[in-house]
Amino acid sequence: MKILVCISKTPDTTAKIAFADNNTKFAAEGVQWIINPYDEWYALVRAIELKEANPAVVLHLINVGNADNEPIIRKALALGGDEAIRINSEISDSFNVAAQIAAIAKEGNYDLVFTGKETIDYNGSSIGGMIAELLDLPFISHAVTFDIEGNNATVTREIEGGEEVDKATLPLVVSCQKGMAEQRIPNMKGIMGARTKPLKVMEPIAADILTSIASFDLPPVKAGVKLVSAENPEELVRLLHEEAKAF
Amino acid sequence: MVLVFIDQSEGHIKKSSFEAACYAATVAAQLGTSAEAVLLGVTSDNLSSLGNYGVKKVHTIANETLTNFDAQLYTKAIAQVVETTNADVIVFSNNTTGKAVAPRLSAKLKAGLVTGAIALPDTSNGFTVKKTVFSGKAFANININTPKKIIALNPNSFNVSITTDTAEVVPFNTSVDASKIVVSAINKVTGEVSLSEADIVVSGGRGLKGPENWGLVTELATLLGAATACSRPVADIHWRPHHEHVGQTGLAIAPNLYIAIGISGAIQHLAGVNRSKIIVVINKDPEAPFFKAADYGIVGDAFEVMPKIIEAVRKIKATA
Ligand SMILES: Cc1cc2nc3c(=O)[nH]c(=O)nc-3n(C[C@H](O)[C@H](O)[C@H](O)COP(=O)(O)OP(=O)(O)OC[C@H]3O[C@@H](n4cnc5c(N)ncnc54)[C@H](O)[C@@H]3O)c2cc1C
Ligand SMILES: Nc1ncnc2c1ncn2[C@@H]1O[C@H](COP(=O)(O)O)[C@@H](O)[C@H]1O
Repeated sequence: MKILVCISKTPDTTAKIAFADNNTKFAAEGVQWIINPYDEWYALVRAIELKEANPAVVLHLINVGNADNEPIIRKALALGGDEAIRINSEISDSFNVAAQIAAIAKEGNYDLVFTGKETIDYNGSSIGGMIAELLDLPFISHAVTFDIEGNNATVTREIEGGEEVDKATLPLVVSCQKGMAEQRIPNMKGIMGARTKPLKVMEPIAADILTSIASFDLPPVKAGVKLVSAENPEELVRLLHEEAKAF
Repeated sequence: MVLVFIDQSEGHIKKSSFEAACYAATVAAQLGTSAEAVLLGVTSDNLSSLGNYGVKKVHTIANETLTNFDAQLYTKAIAQVVETTNADVIVFSNNTTGKAVAPRLSAKLKAGLVTGAIALPDTSNGFTVKKTVFSGKAFANININTPKKIIALNPNSFNVSITTDTAEVVPFNTSVDASKIVVSAINKVTGEVSLSEADIVVSGGRGLKGPENWGLVTELATLLGAATACSRPVADIHWRPHHEHVGQTGLAIAPNLYIAIGISGAIQHLAGVNRSKIIVVINKDPEAPFFKAADYGIVGDAFEVMPKIIEAVRKIKATA
């Protein structure tokens, strides 16, 4: 079985969100970059577990981005995986990124493509579905568990107000979220080993760009909190009912 | 024409679809055209009443296979309706179905997609849609540069208004392939309000000390018809189920009212709840960062304050 895990790079969850160049670009100075948590904690770790359970599994990572992404890719390789592919592209349109990944997935005959449920910066939650469509494969999104026996996968996915258990045969595209696996910390052996794992750089294919970012805005600042004394909580309820008309 | 996808679960239309329908009707009016709807699978709901939400026609493919969700089959079916009706804007609710189908349809039709939209498109110069980014900490205005356009609207971001109009229900004839996905179980938390669609959410954090104290949260939620939520550590230590975890790595919600009890308000928590219209914080630490994001608050011990709040709400509900 061949698994491809899609890895993206995002600002650290505590990074200050500010914009530059007339609010057209994310102000990246001084920002710490991490592997998108859904990709690292869930998609990648679950794929590593599948490989641990079955050493015949071939596990490749893929990232679409420029050379600045390599430290993140090495960090992912330190957790596990046999090799990584970086598609050398700056383009951030979801469709274009998905087209790059789909081309590799097709070429490499992967049985399983894992993505995170979304990136925590642009919150697209689009790329997994797009890859599946480009490959004409079933897509199970928001997976919270993934198990496999031979070619038969059992996947639990989140639905509004609960969960659904799906069965499907490989090949398959799955987007992963909390529940799939537990976060791991890379150990020294992994970090040393990652240095010598192959990281192939490939040039992007020509693909459409369907959208572009015009500008960013920050939310308006709140007016400030209205505090009610702990001696009189009933007053809070009155304010919510009569002033805010919240219930 | 603007086509809105109406989502059903086990035969019933989801609440977020009514909101998407109103949004689609308003986009249609803005573009000088009309809105129509597409519904897949077998439902028992009265579909002509979708006209109340502004759609003129409902195209239905009442095929049993489509009653269960399969993103691949749904995409094929919707794409056929788009082609036949020549829709140029397609609207989804950005719920778990929309998140799986809208991107597929985007790739299939080469139609630019904006997920997580929170406002009507700006059509003064091209077609620009505002969406949340950085988990609600900012917004991006995205240009869709293709003739066909897809918008997935975040739940609770558009006002639903109702008329007495009805819609014409027209069966759409097409063959449906066998599904490659077998749904073997649907486990819904019954009797509870769905968190992503709830108007009011009552949420608890580590300040509540243990699962045995959650009555303070659930009792208030029941009185208010609210959904319950929690901070990440609370789900991690299994005081509450994982699906209640809100925040940057959990669910992002935007209810009318969010009541946070014993939650510090870490930046990752705020990322999932800061689009709530009114935020109420109950925390014994006046320095808790949550107060900076709150509209109303009490600095006090939840164990003393909450019973009084519950009583006061009960009184109002009893006289209402
Ligand atoms: C990458 C990353 C992603 C994360 N994602 C999320 C996420 O999605 N969601 C999330 O919630 N967190 C997330 N976190 C964790 C987050 O940083 C905080 O640790 C977490 O939100 C804290 O939860 P808490 O407020 O319940 O607990 P604490 O921080 O322990 O706060 C408890 C609060 O309760 C108050 N309190 C104590 N006793 C009482 C009392 N008797 N009455 C009233 N108040 C009381 C205290 O003053 C305190 O403010 C993430 C962290 C990281 C690093
Ligand atoms: N540039 C990228 N390179 C590789 N994978 C990506 C990239 N961007 C997004 N992904 C994958 O697609 C998932 C969903 O991303 P998005 O649709 O942008 O929210 C992420 O969790 C990643 O697994």
